[in-house]
Amino acid sequence: MKRKFGVIISALTVTSLMLSACGGQAPAQAPSENKTPTAPAATENKPAPAPAAKPAASGGKVEIFSWWTGAGEEAGLQGLIKLFKEKHPDIEVINAAVAGGAGTNAKAVLASRMQGGDPPSAFQVHGGAELNTGWVAAGKVSPLNDLYDQQGWKSKFPKDLLDLVSKDGNIYSVPVNIHRGNVIFYNKKIFDNNGVKAPATFDEFFAAADALKAKGVTPLALGDKEPWAATMLFENILLGKLGPDDYNKLWTGNLAFDDAKVKDALETFKKTLAYVNKDHAARNWQDAAQLVAKGEAAMNVMGDWAKGYFTTDLKLKPNEDFGWVTTPNTGGDFMVITDTFALPKDSKDQASAKEWLKVLGSVEGQDVFNPLKGSIPARIDADVSKYDVYGKATIEDFKKSKLTPSLAHGSAAIEGFATQANQIINIFVTQGNVDQALKSLKQAAEANGIKK
Amino acid sequence: MLIPSLVLIGIFVYGFIAWTGFVSFTAWKSMVKNMKLVGFSNYALLFQDFRFQSDMRNTLMFTIMFIAVTMVIGLFLALMVDRKVRGETFFRNVFIFPMALSFIVTGVIWQWILNPTTGVNLILKALGIADVPQWYTSTNIIPRIQLGQIEFGLPVAIIAVAIAAVWQMSGFAMAMYLAGLRGISDDLREAAKVDGAGEWKLIRKVIIPQLRPISMSLIIILAHISLKIFDLIYAMTGPGAMFVTDVPGVYMFETTFRGNNYAQGASISVIMLLMVSLFIVPYLVSSMRKEKM
Repeated sequence: MKRKFGVIISALTVTSLMLSACGGQAPAQAPSENKTPTAPAATENKPAPAPAAKPAASGGKVEIFSWWTGAGEEAGLQGLIKLFKEKHPDIEVINAAVAGGAGTNAKAVLASRMQGGDPPSAFQVHGGAELNTGWVAAGKVSPLNDLYDQQGWKSKFPKDLLDLVSKDGNIYSVPVNIHRGNVIFYNKKIFDNNGVKAPATFDEFFAAADALKAKGVTPLALGDKEPWAATMLFENILLGKLGPDDYNKLWTGNLAFDDAKVKDALETFKKTLAYVNKDHAARNWQDAAQLVAKGEAAMNVMGDWAKGYFTTDLKLKPNEDFGWVTTPNTGGDFMVITDTFALPKDSKDQASAKEWLKVLGSVEGQDVFNPLKGSIPARIDADVSKYDVYGKATIEDFKKSKLTPSLAHGSAAIEGFATQANQIINIFVTQGNVDQALKSLKQAAEANGIKK
Repeated sequence: MLIPSLVLIGIFVYGFIAWTGFVSFTAWKSMVKNMKLVGFSNYALLFQDFRFQSDMRNTLMFTIMFIAVTMVIGLFLALMVDRKVRGETFFRNVFIFPMALSFIVTGVIWQWILNPTTGVNLILKALGIADVPQWYTSTNIIPRIQLGQIEFGLPVAIIAVAIAAVWQMSGFAMAMYLAGLRGISDDLREAAKVDGAGEWKLIRKVIIPQLRPISMSLIIILAHISLKIFDLIYAMTGPGAMFVTDVPGVYMFETTFRGNNYAQGASISVIMLLMVSLFIVPYLVSSMRKEKM
C-alpha cells in the first residue's frame, strides 16, 4: 500500500509541475538553489518588480548563463561577478555556466530552458545572426534601448558593432568583448630560420608556403575535427577574395553564392588545403595551434583566442616565440566575433538582471574581463594600458577596420545555414569538388531564406 | 499497481515519441516555432542528403562488423575461460572490465591510441613499418561504388571505431556465452564424445546450436547499441572528414541543437526508432508467444 501511495504522489507532483509550466508560470525552484539561508519563498511570490529605474530590488537574484568555463574566460567571468557583488552585495549571483567548446552544449541547454519557460536572467550569445535570427526572431528577448539611452552607451560602442546586435531599430544585447577571426599566428623561429616574411597577400602566402614546404616544414596547421575550424579558414579566404563589401552582401542575398568570386575563393581554399598537416581531421583547434607552438608547423589561421592559448597555457611570448599577421588581403578588415549578453523576455527579476548588464557594459567591467580572457573591449573608451602588446595593436585596428561577421561563429547567417555550410566545407575538404560545393552552398542559402 | 507507471511511461515515453513524430512532419527549422505541416518532405530531403546517406552506410557497416566480431571474440573467450583454467575468475574479470567504462571514456582512450601521429603508429614505425594506417582519419572507402550522392563501401575509418566498440563489448558477450555454456549439461558433451566427436566438431555441432537463444539475445542487445550509438563516436572521432565516421545520432544532435532544425532532427530520430524496431519488435513478438505457451 505504501509504495502505491508513493507512486501516486509522485505522479501527482509531476503532473502538477507540468500543469504549472503549461500555465506560463515559473515552475517551483529546484532544490539545488538552497545556498542562501534567507528564505527565498517570500520574495518569489511577489509580482515582478516595477520597471522603474530603481537601483535594483534588494534581495534580488541574477542567474548568468554562459559557456565561459575555460582557463582565462572563467577567471574573467569570476572577475565580473566579484565586481558586481561589490556594487550590489544584496543581489545573489548564480553562475550557470555550461562547459563545452564554442558553446554547443550550452546552446542546447539554453534552448530547452527558454522554450520550457525557465529562462536565466541573462545569457551569452554571439552578436549577429545568432542573436537576431534566433532569439530576437523568436520573440524571446527584451529590447534594451532604454538601458542604452540611460547609460549613454550608443556613442560608446562602434556603430558597426551595434548594428550586429540590433534589429529593426531595437538593440537587444550588450557586447562584452571582441575577438578577431582573421589572424595568422606563426612560429617566429621557423620564419626567421627559413628567411620567410609574414605574408600580406595571397601570392606572398603561397610563396612562403612553398618555401617552407621545400624545407620540409608543414606550412599551415589545421585542426578540423570540429568542422568549424575549416569553415573559419574558408571564410577568411572568402573575405580576402571578395573584400568586406561583397562579403557582407553574401549574407543579405545581394551576392549569390555561385558568383565567380566565391568560386575563386573556393579554388584558393582548395589550393591552401594542399599545405596543411595530414592528420588535420584528428585534431581540434588547440592541437593545431600546438603544432605551431612546438615548431612542427609554421602557421595557423585561428581567432585570437589562440593568442590566449599561447600566452596563458603554453607560456609563449608574443613577438618573440610567435608572431601574427592578418590573413591574406584582409589587412583593413576585422572578422568580428563578439560575445554579448541578452535579457530573456519572461525572466523573473529583470531589474537585477539589468544591473548585471550595466556592469558588463561599463568601462570598468570590460577592463576587468577582457585582459583575463585575452580579448579586447567592445567599448571604444576602455583603458588601453591594461592590455598586452597584441591587445593594444588589435584595439587600434578595431577602431579603423571594416567589421565583417564570422560565418563559423554564427554571426553572419542563421544557424541552420551555418550548420549546413560546415557540412559542405567538411565534404569539400576531402573531395575538393568546387562546382558541387558552390551548388550546395546556393541551395543551403535558399533553404534557409538568405535572399534579398 | 501498474496504472501510475503506465501513465508516466505513457506521457514521458510514448507521448514524446508521438510529439517527435508530429514535429518531423512540420516546417520547424529555426528558433521560431513553425508548426505548418509539410508532409514527408523532411524525410525526402534527408534521403537525398549526402550526410544522411553516409550515416546509413556507416551504420550498416559498423553494425555488421561490431556484432560479428564481438560475438566471435566473446564466444572464443568464453570457451577459453570455460575450460576451468587456473585463475578463471581473474581472466573473467579482466575481460569483463572494459564494460564498466562508459563509451565516452572508451572513446577518449581509443582516440589517443589510434591517433595517426602519436598513438600506436609510433610503435608500428619503430617496428619499421613505413606505411602506417591512418585509422579514423582515413577517407578511404573500399570498394568505392557510386550510389546516390555517396560512395558505398566500407569506410576504413569506421574500422577504428569498431575496434573500440568491440574492445568494450566483447567481455559482455563472453559473460553471456559463459552463462550459456554453464547451462549445457555435461551429459550432452559426454554423449557426443562417446559418439566420437572431436573438440572442433563438439563445438560446431553441439555447443553452438545449444547457445542459439543466447546468440539471439546478444544480436538484439548489440544491434540496438550499435544502431543508436552516439557517445563513442562523439568522443572519439566526431563526424569525421567527409562524414566517414558520422552516424544518425550525431547528425541528429548537430542539426537539432547547433542548426536549430528541429523538424529535421525529429525526422532522424524517427528513422532511428524505426531501425531499432526492426530488431526489437520481432524479438518482443516471439518472446510474447513463448509466454503464452
